[in-house]
Amino acid sequence: MSILVDKDTRIVVQGITGREGSFHTRQCVEYGSKVVAGVTPGKGGQDMDGIPVYNTVAQAVGKEGANASLIFVPPAFCGDAILEAAEAGVELVICITEGIPTVDMIKAKEAIKYNNVRLVGPNCPGVITPGECKMGIMPGFIHKPGNVGVISRSGTLTYEAVAQLTELGIGQSTCIGIGGDPIIGSTFIDLLGLFNGDPDTNAVVMIGEIGGSAEEEAAEFIKSEMKKPVVSFIAGQTAPPGKRMGHAGAIIAGGKGTAAEKIIALENAGVAVSHSPADIGAKIAEVLAK
Amino acid sequence: MKIHEYQAKELLKQYGIPTTNAQVATSAKDAFRIAKDLGGKVVVKAQIHAGGRGKGGGVKVVDGPKEAEAAAAGMLGKPLVTYQTGPEGQIVSKVLVEGAVGIASELYLGLVVDRATEKVAFMASTEGGVEIEKVASETPDKILKEFADPGMGLMPYQARNLAYGLGLEGKTASSAASFILKLYRLFVEKDCSLAEINPLIITDEGDVMALDAKLNFDDNAMYRHPELAELRDLSEEDPSEVKASEYGLSYIKLDGAVGCMVNGAGLAMATMDIIKLAGGEPANFLDVGGGANEESVTNAFKIILSDENVKTVLVNIFGGIVRCDIVAQGVIAAAKNVDLKIPVVVRLEGTNADEGLKLIEESGLAFETAKGLKAAAEKAVAAAGGVK
Repeated sequence: MSILVDKDTRIVVQGITGREGSFHTRQCVEYGSKVVAGVTPGKGGQDMDGIPVYNTVAQAVGKEGANASLIFVPPAFCGDAILEAAEAGVELVICITEGIPTVDMIKAKEAIKYNNVRLVGPNCPGVITPGECKMGIMPGFIHKPGNVGVISRSGTLTYEAVAQLTELGIGQSTCIGIGGDPIIGSTFIDLLGLFNGDPDTNAVVMIGEIGGSAEEEAAEFIKSEMKKPVVSFIAGQTAPPGKRMGHAGAIIAGGKGTAAEKIIALENAGVAVSHSPADIGAKIAEVLAK
Repeated sequence: MKIHEYQAKELLKQYGIPTTNAQVATSAKDAFRIAKDLGGKVVVKAQIHAGGRGKGGGVKVVDGPKEAEAAAAGMLGKPLVTYQTGPEGQIVSKVLVEGAVGIASELYLGLVVDRATEKVAFMASTEGGVEIEKVASETPDKILKEFADPGMGLMPYQARNLAYGLGLEGKTASSAASFILKLYRLFVEKDCSLAEINPLIITDEGDVMALDAKLNFDDNAMYRHPELAELRDLSEEDPSEVKASEYGLSYIKLDGAVGCMVNGAGLAMATMDIIKLAGGEPANFLDVGGGANEESVTNAFKIILSDENVKTVLVNIFGGIVRCDIVAQGVIAAAKNVDLKIPVVVRLEGTNADEGLKLIEESGLAFETAKGLKAAAEKAVAAAGGVK
């Protein structure tokens, strides 16, 4: 088993005919994901590599039975795309796009609260269940099916951690990039909860970074609810305050959101924190050997 | 993006929010003229983005035009050092000259995006004029908070809660509530990431007025605010960071000797961290982006090498969708473009990493290759002169 996506996930790609959308759709299909439809308003009736393109998400859901949407549309149109997907009735929306204004995300997240939908992202690499479904922009080949869940605020740093796991022969149940923005769809806590209930996940890697208090909140959850071991790394131990480190959400503001605070909170919750980004895989091996 | 106090006050005026009678001056003569027009006591305030201006000598209350001219002459063209500028200070090129007002009390108003509740939070405190972080850590109960509903926005009752909560009464309380609602509207419409009125003053006449104003904006929303983009003051920013943003690279200058070129923000931060763990100091944060091609790598080298403290460069690329052999070709071409004279350590991981490393080794350039994050960091630190 796994969480969020598996071999039965039927994907619709919003923005499938764009440069990013078409490139990554092909990569997902090559990995074995079921991309059943695409949406580009005004291009309904066309196809991309044989994948039918519709004008609306509702049509893609109605005609092709899509149950998950992958979004590649430009930042200015993401609020619209997220709401359209949620209203069309898909269960999962993954928004890859970077650069959405915070105010738009506050409104979009509130608006989809009453739809039965889970949002991942924005500004994220997406979700992969190795060997079954790749719904995002991560390199598929570094993954290996197995029993460790991975949740991360980052992209390439997640690949780094996954590659370390695979190198040690440790496979992954599902890997999720939750995104580097201040307001995101699914939080560490949401996904830790899902991994907690997944019989095929034995341990979780949680990769955080400076900014906000998501890691501290996750620490509280881990302390009270988590039945499985968690290994963590927090990026930005050497980041200066007041500077945005690439990700919109990675900023130490008003002395809050430092790596040191997060590491203390996680260690107090019993999390095995790797202080070096090179030891994440080894730390999991250590935890699993116990 | 940050703007100056005088620009923030212009925006407040556009929203009908009361602020001081003031004009900006770029010369001491201007300051004289403005002070003369205003009459009476005036305040001369250095316009730099950093906080702590008052303590650093960048705010002077003076009696008349002559004194205002002298105060402006003492600030303009000179560096102002505050706890936020660093020891070299920030050159003052503009001063704000404003009419002095009789202050009965100083309050604090602030708006931020609260990431925990995922709402815009409006904060108010009777402890105006001091750093809000200090109030928050020492006496958190003195900060009143109201959270705006994402759909409805900040409601009038919430503004009243804040105004009466601050101990205001009568006409002053209604004026404060109106001030609060207008400031919320500005925050949302202009895509602010921070708005601070510190202090908000109650004058001797019972009027409510912004004595200082600080507005920061969401960089992601600049595409729909050309009017705000015009307010950017490049002289307030690090020149190499400005250059990097022109190239579409994300770069932050630091103080160490090991330059870093990495793809992805999280991995770039982790690379800085592991350099520190290896006993060195990172010279910068640099996210070269997903492509990592000849052009972006060339530009990244230019930016990193413009920092004289850099003794070596660590290139750390995780090739996912991008193939490492393509990245390696880019790195080799870029190194030739910029005429590299310092050692470079290259670590490639992911798709076609071995092919990429082979290209680097056979290039004849003074590159050292490394397998694994730790080995790469150790080699880079050694090349920069070893553990400090």
